[in-house]
Amino acid sequence: MSTRPAAWTRANTGARSGVGDELRVQILSAADVVQVRQRGREFAASAGFSSGDQTVIAVAISEIARNIVSYAKRGEVILQLVTNGERQGVTIIAQDHGPGIADVARALQDGFSTSGGLGLGLPGARRLMDDFDIKSASGVGTTITMTKWRRHSG
Amino acid sequence: MEVPILKQGHYVIASIQSALTDADLLQLRESLMERVGRFRARGEIVDVTALDVMDSFAVRTLRDIAHMARLRGAETVIVGIQPEVAFAMVQLGLTLKGVATVLDLEEGLAFLDEHAAGRMDKGQHRGTLGRG
Repeated sequence: MSTRPAAWTRANTGARSGVGDELRVQILSAADVVQVRQRGREFAASAGFSSGDQTVIAVAISEIARNIVSYAKRGEVILQLVTNGERQGVTIIAQDHGPGIADVARALQDGFSTSGGLGLGLPGARRLMDDFDIKSASGVGTTITMTKWRRHSG
Repeated sequence: MEVPILKQGHYVIASIQSALTDADLLQLRESLMERVGRFRARGEIVDVTALDVMDSFAVRTLRDIAHMARLRGAETVIVGIQPEVAFAMVQLGLTLKGVATVLDLEEGLAFLDEHAAGRMDKGQHRGTLGRG
């Protein structure tokens, strides 16, 4: 898992209509999971992602936001517009101050769950996104940073 | 957001109208189980046309609904999975193994007529013998 390269910068979107460069959504309940994935879809749409990729991004957000509610009770999801040279993308940061993940490698395996779920949340979100990084410490909390890059449209 | 459930002949039809929270999905599961019993339904259709996101929890709940209904004698068919939703499900590694899915409501009714009707005929037949 790499850290974010210094070359990535948050996009200056002053000239872009309808897209703020950052959006923060508090996650306190299951209703917020629906809320944040809808906001994420809109964010991806206004950043020019195809409807297929908007759905992929919304599903990935849903999985990590649900993890916040299930394990940490509360947290925050931050949506950011990013650029890397010519490439544009969205970065999603999910952070909480919950119990943390004792075994990150295991939590990223398909089918591993401590909440009675399918165990597809974290590994699924990783598959859906292009870049995926997770930092977690017991008793401190968890931060997941994931990015989807927009494919060039010809 | 409560999902309206209609009765049509021997079938019940749940028509999802908007995004559902995890609690809404569990409520839908309970409601469908109750209606299958109350209406002695032989088939149920869950129309997900309005869902623009199906994550692992939604897919698991739909699978549970189908398997629970089967244990109570009703066949389930999921209709209306949108192309983008199907794309994301495949990327995520989610399958609806063992659950019938068809394109739309019309196909769903045709599916049940074919698959749940056979059970109905046998059921009626057994009933006749039992009384005779």
